[in-house]
Amino acid sequence: MLGASLVLAPAALANFLTPKSGAQPANEIHSLYMIVLYIAAVVFAVVEGALFYSVYKFRAKKGAVAAQIHGNTRLEIGWTVGAAVILVVLTTVTFIKLPGIINPPNSSANGLSLSGGVLTASTTEPSPPNGKKLVICITGRQFIWAYYYGSGCESDPYSSKVAYSYQEMYVPANTTIVLHIESLDVIHSWWVPSLGGKVDAVPGYTTYTWFKASKVGALYHGQCAELCGRLHAAMTALVKVLTPAAWQQWLTQQKAWIAAQEQQVLTLRKQLIANGNLTANLS
Amino acid sequence: MSASDTALRPVPQVIAHEVPKPRETNKWVDWITTTDHKKIGIMYLVLTFVFFCLGGIEALMMRLQLSVPNNTLLTPEHYNELLTMHGTTMIFLFVVPVMAGFGNYFVPLMIGARDMAFPRLNALSFWLLLFGGIVFYFSLFFTPPEAGWWSYPPLSSILYSTSGGQDAWIFLIHLTGISSLIGAINFYATIVNMRAPGMGWGRLPLFVWSVLIYAILLIIALPVVGAAVTMLLTDRHFGTHFFDPTDHGSPLLWQHLFWFFGHPEVYIMILPGFGMISEIIPVFSRKPIFGYKAIAAATCVIAFLAVLVWGHHMFASPLPVVVMGFFMLSSFLIAIPTGVKIFNWIATLWRGSIVMTTSLYFAVGFIAIFIIGGITGIFLAVFPIDWQLNDTYFVVAHFHYVLMGGAVFTVFSGLYYWYPKITGRLMNETLGKWSFWIMFWGFNMTFFVQHALGLSGMPRRIYTYPPGVGWSTYNLISTIGSFILGLGILLTFINVFRSLKVGAIAGPDPWKGNTLEWFTTSPPPANNFDVIPRVRSVEPMRDIRRQIERDTGVTQKTGGSEQFAGA
Repeated sequence: MLGASLVLAPAALANFLTPKSGAQPANEIHSLYMIVLYIAAVVFAVVEGALFYSVYKFRAKKGAVAAQIHGNTRLEIGWTVGAAVILVVLTTVTFIKLPGIINPPNSSANGLSLSGGVLTASTTEPSPPNGKKLVICITGRQFIWAYYYGSGCESDPYSSKVAYSYQEMYVPANTTIVLHIESLDVIHSWWVPSLGGKVDAVPGYTTYTWFKASKVGALYHGQCAELCGRLHAAMTALVKVLTPAAWQQWLTQQKAWIAAQEQQVLTLRKQLIANGNLTANLS
Repeated sequence: MSASDTALRPVPQVIAHEVPKPRETNKWVDWITTTDHKKIGIMYLVLTFVFFCLGGIEALMMRLQLSVPNNTLLTPEHYNELLTMHGTTMIFLFVVPVMAGFGNYFVPLMIGARDMAFPRLNALSFWLLLFGGIVFYFSLFFTPPEAGWWSYPPLSSILYSTSGGQDAWIFLIHLTGISSLIGAINFYATIVNMRAPGMGWGRLPLFVWSVLIYAILLIIALPVVGAAVTMLLTDRHFGTHFFDPTDHGSPLLWQHLFWFFGHPEVYIMILPGFGMISEIIPVFSRKPIFGYKAIAAATCVIAFLAVLVWGHHMFASPLPVVVMGFFMLSSFLIAIPTGVKIFNWIATLWRGSIVMTTSLYFAVGFIAIFIIGGITGIFLAVFPIDWQLNDTYFVVAHFHYVLMGGAVFTVFSGLYYWYPKITGRLMNETLGKWSFWIMFWGFNMTFFVQHALGLSGMPRRIYTYPPGVGWSTYNLISTIGSFILGLGILLTFINVFRSLKVGAIAGPDPWKGNTLEWFTTSPPPANNFDVIPRVRSVEPMRDIRRQIERDTGVTQKTGGSEQFAGA
């Protein structure tokens, strides 16, 4: 087993790192993770080394007498301060990296062209410096994610006639996308590792996150990360990155399909009412 | 022998002896009606180890289900029930009460007391624990709870968890909560009031320090969860809406209340284990503990910070960034006293003459494992990194490194150390070391790869996963490891039962211990001590041995220790 694990080690090592995919903020989180990992590796090696060396070196031997040491104040202060210094370094690094993780950048020139400067009342909603962003509203429910595309989705997605899709999300590349996340029933957690960190969908709250993906054609897997019931494992998500032009096309197509489906339902409903199988209670 | 007789003896000398039983009663009646802290301690230990086995079987069933992708061994419903029962059992019915078991047996002995402060309250603590466990496990015959040991509403509300299993869970928290609470008050009263003459706060054994802080943390944290589950109960059945988002309630309120209890709970579970290690390492290093005051102070600092870090369980919840920053810093701070303890243990081993007993193996194994759990804890405290790691197998790996290390390995270390005192016989060292190595490698095989699973995107609490996403190999390794771990644990159980009959007679002090429990016979008589010696240092037994050597000129041989040649 040891031999096999040595052979597999290089390939397996990548699995011990957070995802790095070319999408923000996953990349920013990855670079912060790497710094913490290097510091942690040194601490790990030193402390485990000291432990195993002492146990190996000071095993009882004939005639050996244990040194009767009760403590050493200078040493105690030394390692307390040492530990504190490492943590100060980690805190500093985190706060240096933090803006890149929580503040979205502007969309790139080859991204979707958006109208800008939409003011939001929320102080927690992330927004790029020029205010130009594509808003997608996510609604979690047992056991599927629904996505509503474009502004107006936060008020009433049905009357504002925005396009929607389930489970598979389509996004334009190189565009700053801000997500509004809500839940209809229990707590869910939105998470696509290759795009960024997770955000809980808590009923009664709206939470926010953002991402900006650059790889056209990429398909990212995600999964609900908060136990939401028996089929929690089935609550998956897929994010497909398209060129802005292809995305516009998809959006138009999706709207047309939704309109056609609604028309069909309406026709069916009229038929059912005419047959007396359904009561007409529409105002 | 009269009291004046014992007073005239050249102090100190081991002079405890059996006190004849007042009357012959039925053995079973005797156990049920007992208020003797030692018998209650033994019942605690037996009961909690039964729950440990149940929780372990639940874990193995979950690992079997996850061993291969798209497995259909368990239904999603049963999987959720198992994860709820495993977490709840291990936390409320094993780790917290097993520490109370050791505390019950050894705190009075270590401080030179003849029983706990409130013996009948002590018995009540045990019986409430038993009934809490029964109420919970009887839901197996109906519908067990399936909202997890953290039971977040709205999933745990009547709308989404309709069965009475959730209510059984609530009553378990109530019953074991009251059990632990009165137990904690009892420990506090005992330690504050009943110490041997001369045992000031600076001479209190470190295990007793840790039980004292354990008791204080329980008194702070338990009422909060007690209130929270009562609110959940009234939400479910009596029309309140504390956590109901459709009626101006807040699911987030539950998270704050639950984790305000939940994080101190982590320290409630590991501090007594830390205390055991602080007793065991000096004994087997033949050295005084390095930095007694620093370790005692670190215990107090950890307890203080423990109530300031609950928000790090909620980094993915709607919290302002400033609040997350606060909880990151407070979680960082707690690493300092924890690090201080680890450094002090290593410094205690340093330049010692280390007797390689099974108990010491488990103690060192604990430190080795706990270091990894501590370091991964730093990753999780950095909240932007936690956004990637929270609710994944990385967290599962992290807290098993902390709790299997901090509670199970320490409890096993304590078991091998104190078994001779409880039973009068030594456990088999060869079998013990086999058990240790199998547990150690099985443990690392099970949980180390889970870091990688979490980092490659596997969330917790999913009952199955598709093939081809890169999780299959690690899950199989983890499952095989979990059965190896189970085998290692089984060997120690076999050792425990076998040694009851065939173990070598231990004598009062097989290890050359430092603390007063080794002053009396093994097992101790009903009243513990005929005479309680005056305590002059942190290591009263060492002083006693020295004085006897001075008085008699004979090197003190200790019962059973001859088998550890060279020691």
